[in-house]
Order: sequence, then structure tokens, then C-alpha cells
Amino acid sequence: MFDNALFIGFPYVAVAIAIVVSIYRFWFDPYSYSSQSSQFLESRVLFFGSVPWHYGIIIILLGHITALLFPGLWGLFTANQTRLYILEIVGLSLALMATVGLVLLLYRRMANARAHAVTSEMDWILLFVLLLQVGLGFWVAYYYRWGSDWYLHTAVPWLLSLLKFQPNIASVSALPFWVKFHFVGGFVIILLLPFTRLVHLLAYPFSYLWREHQIVIWNRSRMN
Amino acid sequence: MDIRAHVSMVFHLDKCIGCHTCSIACKNIWTDRKGTEYMWWNNVETKPGTGYPTLWEDQEKYKGGWEKKNGRIELKLHSRRGGLGNIFHNPYLPTIDDYYEPWTYDYENLFNAPEGDDQPTARAVSMITGKPMESIEAGPNWDDDLGGSPLYARNDVNLDELTEEEREQLNEVERVVFFYLPRICNHCLNPGCVAACPAGAIYKRGEDGIVLLSQEKCRAWRMCISGCPYKKTYFNWASGKSEKCILCYPRLESGQPPACFHSCVGRIRYLGVLLYDADQIESGASVANEDLVAAQRAMIMDPFDPEVIAAAKKNKISDAMITAAQNSPVYKFVKKWQIALPLHPDFRTLPMLFYVPPMLPVLAKTKDGTYDVEGLDKENLPAMLSSLEKARMPIKYMASMFSAGNTNVVEDVYRKLIAVRIFKRAQKVKDYQQAEVDAALASGKTNAEEVEAIFRLTSLPTYEERFVVPPLGRESAVEAWEIPLARKQEAGFGVRNKIAKRKF
Repeated sequence: MFDNALFIGFPYVAVAIAIVVSIYRFWFDPYSYSSQSSQFLESRVLFFGSVPWHYGIIIILLGHITALLFPGLWGLFTANQTRLYILEIVGLSLALMATVGLVLLLYRRMANARAHAVTSEMDWILLFVLLLQVGLGFWVAYYYRWGSDWYLHTAVPWLLSLLKFQPNIASVSALPFWVKFHFVGGFVIILLLPFTRLVHLLAYPFSYLWREHQIVIWNRSRMN
Repeated sequence: MDIRAHVSMVFHLDKCIGCHTCSIACKNIWTDRKGTEYMWWNNVETKPGTGYPTLWEDQEKYKGGWEKKNGRIELKLHSRRGGLGNIFHNPYLPTIDDYYEPWTYDYENLFNAPEGDDQPTARAVSMITGKPMESIEAGPNWDDDLGGSPLYARNDVNLDELTEEEREQLNEVERVVFFYLPRICNHCLNPGCVAACPAGAIYKRGEDGIVLLSQEKCRAWRMCISGCPYKKTYFNWASGKSEKCILCYPRLESGQPPACFHSCVGRIRYLGVLLYDADQIESGASVANEDLVAAQRAMIMDPFDPEVIAAAKKNKISDAMITAAQNSPVYKFVKKWQIALPLHPDFRTLPMLFYVPPMLPVLAKTKDGTYDVEGLDKENLPAMLSSLEKARMPIKYMASMFSAGNTNVVEDVYRKLIAVRIFKRAQKVKDYQQAEVDAALASGKTNAEEVEAIFRLTSLPTYEERFVVPPLGRESAVEAWEIPLARKQEAGFGVRNKIAKRKF
């Protein structure tokens, strides 16, 4: 029963809230959609924190998503022992990179008076939750080795069943506590997304790759 | 030909007395909010000097503006992919210390301090952290009037082209020279800030060319601050949004000049419409350094030319706007007389704010109780009033600032300005021979009629002659299909959460 609430009810609620609130915020409070960068106040520590954190976590997240969307291909890839070794090493190093970066970011916000001054309560909550989640992920990956393979047979069937609206938690209900904790943590972050500065990840400006350099806006229609 | 209208500006530097009234007028209206304390959308700096923020002209440091690569212009800051890659940390972003940390004083302590042996003091308190500041390292106009020259004036990047000897001479007491440079956003034709913004939050208004930054689209990727070579977009550290000079468009739309213009004590500022050919923007920004000023002048079209007028009307530019362009003082200074130059055209953003360079004092010696300049200059004119050859500030310095290093352009401007002086001096004081006046006019490539006109608009202009504010017709642009009361009593600019309207 408790597992059902955690692994079926909570994910649906979290994702639904995240979608609805993100859209609402985008339309009705676009001013708040910001990365709230504090580089202007403190730049040096930010470099050593933000760059490894972002690149580390983005690649790891892409790995999670790729395995979820293409379990067959992922399975073929991990079937070879050498490739599995490489994947584990790369994954662990990226996780370490992200964790170190995040710790630095947290330290920066605590130690630098200027960065501290522009940190809101939600920022603190978000930072701690992220650190907990990334730390857990790192711990799980290290302690329950070969996660890039067993992820396919545990979390992936469960997440796919959620996506298909035929929830089935059989593949995850017997997992160790820390692994389950990491799963729930993921949905906690999805839930936090629209309420924190994390929305900036939805605003990543891909369109910069193709938009015209100069933007001219006419308030009146022009005869051309 | 794609004719567009642009509200454009001229600053006559000879008349700037460095009083900073413009800066104060601007600050009181726009930047007295939290997070903007350090911003001066309008600032006045002393030249030579490193300016605000420190060394803003050094694009090897800040990577602002455009550069020519393989015949095309590209942002100096980043490629498109590079920009997205650097989004987690912009390596060329100035930080608050490149401007200054805003502070106030703990005045309450003067009243509330417990009784003691010592006089209570009002300590400096940071307006960012709220904590006392041990030392104040920089502030607004920290290097005003050459204050701290060895640190600031000596590092002016425009001095790079000068010889060691020329640089040393600037430090001699009898040769010291400086002038003021008021700066606002240049509302460029090819703005670096617009091109650098990953979110596409910055735009140029088609009707009047004002460059604005949408507070709702800004996501704090902070590339505009680096992308603008003039450092005229600022980061509001409290709201997490960039902000910039808006050329007081709410004032312009109601027929008033911007606050900095209106308040100018020396009356150095002129505002008017220019008609320009938007088809020439890319080609004009891509020419060789020495041709940049000429290319920009070529882009500005004659508002009396029937062809230009027809093309303007085709683009729905109103008759009133065309009339304003014909009366524009800016057109006269920039195109007709060619004595106003863009600031740092080498940044290739095609700035639409132009400067009449200041007449520089000549070197003179005190001899037998009189102060005199010896000898004649290259044009065989007495060097009493002005002389390029004997100017304290080398012409190369001016060329570095106003003509991308092309000394011919700056010399032509000065020869004409000198002709105006000699002509008027001969008229009023009558201590020049007619031959000298004629020689001056010839070297200035000008004539008596033009000189009179330049004198008139320089020295005796009326308010209406200085500010030809065009009818921007905002009411016909927006209000026609928006309910005027819809926005009434709303908190405006820069408020994080909308303040609820009063309910009656």
C-alpha cells in the first residue's frame, strides 16, 4: 500500500503538478522564469561549481532518459563487459563531478556574503534536495554496482508502465531502501521544478542556434 | 532601399562641463530600485580614463561587439553553439567589482549609539549584503577629473597607439589635459546585446530604433552584458534580470526629450530623427576599419531627397516623422556638416549616438608675462585658438575613440571646427586678417554660410532646435486595440510580484 502511494500515486501527482504549474507560471508570471544567475556577484567559485555540476548532471540525466526510451539498444550496449565497465566508470566520474560541483555551489552560497544575500529559502531547499539526490545516486551506483544494467530490469519497466498508464511496481517493490529513496527523490525534484528557479531548465534557449541575430519589433504593421 | 526612422542623438563634447546632472536625472527616475543602485544608464566619465565599468573599452577583456572574420562580421563573444556552451558560466562577464559595490551609511548609529567616550560614526554599509564595509575600493566617478591617474588614466586603452614619449607628456603638469565623455546606450543599428542574448529578449523597435530589453523574456543568461561593447546593459542582481537605458521612451512618446537630455546644464545634447537604409546595415558594419565612419554616414539618407521620402512612405513612416527628420539637428551635425562622429565605430555595432569631439587646448608657454603659442601651424594659421599640431591631446587618441583609428576623419572634423572659431573670432574680435579666415575656411572645407549655421546650432540653439522630438504616435500604435484602463494603477517596471490594483 505504502509502495503504491510512493511509486504510483506520488509520481503521477508530482508530474501533473509540475506540468500544470510550469505552464501556468510561463503564461501568467513569465517575469519569474529566470535562472537567477548570481555570477555577477561571485564568478570564480561559480566557475568551479557550476560548470562541472551542469555538464555532469546533464549527461547523467540524458543517460537515464536514453535507457528509459531505448531499453533494447541500451541492453545491447551493456551486454559487452568492456562497454559495461566503461559505462560504469564514465557514469561514476560524471556523478562525482556533479556532486563536487554541487557541494561547491552550496559552499559558495553559504560562505560568500554576496551570493548568500541573493539566496532565497526555496533556493536552499532545492540545493539540499539536489545534493541529497545526487549523493544518493552516487552511493547507489557505487554500492549496488552495475546499475547501468540492472536499471533496465527494475526502474525502466516500472517507469514505462507509468508512462503507459498501466502502473506495475512489481519490478521495484523488492529493491533496497536506498534505491527506492533515489527513485522517490527523482519525483520530488520534478515536483519542485515549477516552484523553484529550476524552471530555467525548461527555458534553455535552443532557438539561439537558428534565430536571426537581430530582432526588430514593429508596434504597427508595416506595408512591405 | 529599406528606409527606417531612428531617434538619434548628438553630444557636443565642447560644451560638457562634467556636472553629472544628466546622470542624477536618470538615476532618480529609473535606477533607484534595489539591485540597480550601482547602475548608471547615463554616466559621465573623464577621458583619458578607464571609465565605467573599469576598462570597458578593452574588448580583449570583455569580448564585446563584433569582429571581422573571413570577410564577415561575427560576435566577438561567442558563436551560437559557443554561447549555449558557456551559458553555465560566462567567462567574460564583468562582476560587481568592475563597477563598484553600492553602499550607504549607518546614519542611525549617530542617534542610537550608547553613550561612550568616542564620537559615534556612521559606518559604510554594503547595499548588497547589508554588512559593514571595511574599505570602499571604488564608487561612482571614482576617477573623476583624472583622480588616481596613475591607476586609471594611464591605463586608458585609447592611449595604446601613442608613443611612449607622447604618453609621458600627458603626465607633465603643464600638459595635463582631459575632457568629459557622457555615455548612454547608443541604440545601435547592429547591437551586440541583441545578437548575444540567447533568449532573444532584447529587440530594436522598428518605428524609432530604441533598443529595449523585455523583462518578461530575460532569463538571466547574462550574455548581453558581455555582448554590448559599451557595457550599457546592466545586470540587476536582485531581480535576476538585465536592464538598460530605454531612451526614456515614455517621455518621448509624450513629446518630451529623455530626462538626461532635458536636464543637461551645458545644453550639449541634441535629439532628432535620422532616416537610414536598413539594407546597408550588414555591409556597412563589415567594411575595413578606416572606412567605418564613411559607411555609417552613407547609411544615413537625405530626408529631402524625393526618392528617400517615397521609400520612407512606402515603409509607413508618417509625414510628421519625415518632417521631423528634415528638421533634425542630428542630421545636420552627422551628415550635412559631418562634424559628429560615432563612439568607437571599431566595435562595429553602428552606434546611433554621435559626438562632436572637443576642441583641445593647445600647448602654450608663459613668456614675458603673456601666455602665448609660438609659431604657425601646418596650415600657416596662428595657433592661438586651436591647432591640431600643437594640441595637447594627440589626434591619434581621438581617432582611436571616434573613427576606428582613421586620423583623417578626425582631422577633417577639427579643421572645420577650427574654421568656425577663427571665422567668428574675426567677426567679433577682429584680430584675424581676411586672408587667414579664408585659409581657415579652405582648410576646413567649409564656407561662411555653413560656419554661421554650425555656430548658430552650437552656441545659440533654442530648446525646439535642440530637441526635435518626433510624434511617435504611440496612441495610434497600441491603445487603439487595448483598453486604456487595463494597465491603470499597476506597479510598473522592475517589481517582482505584481502589486494588486486598488479595489474601489
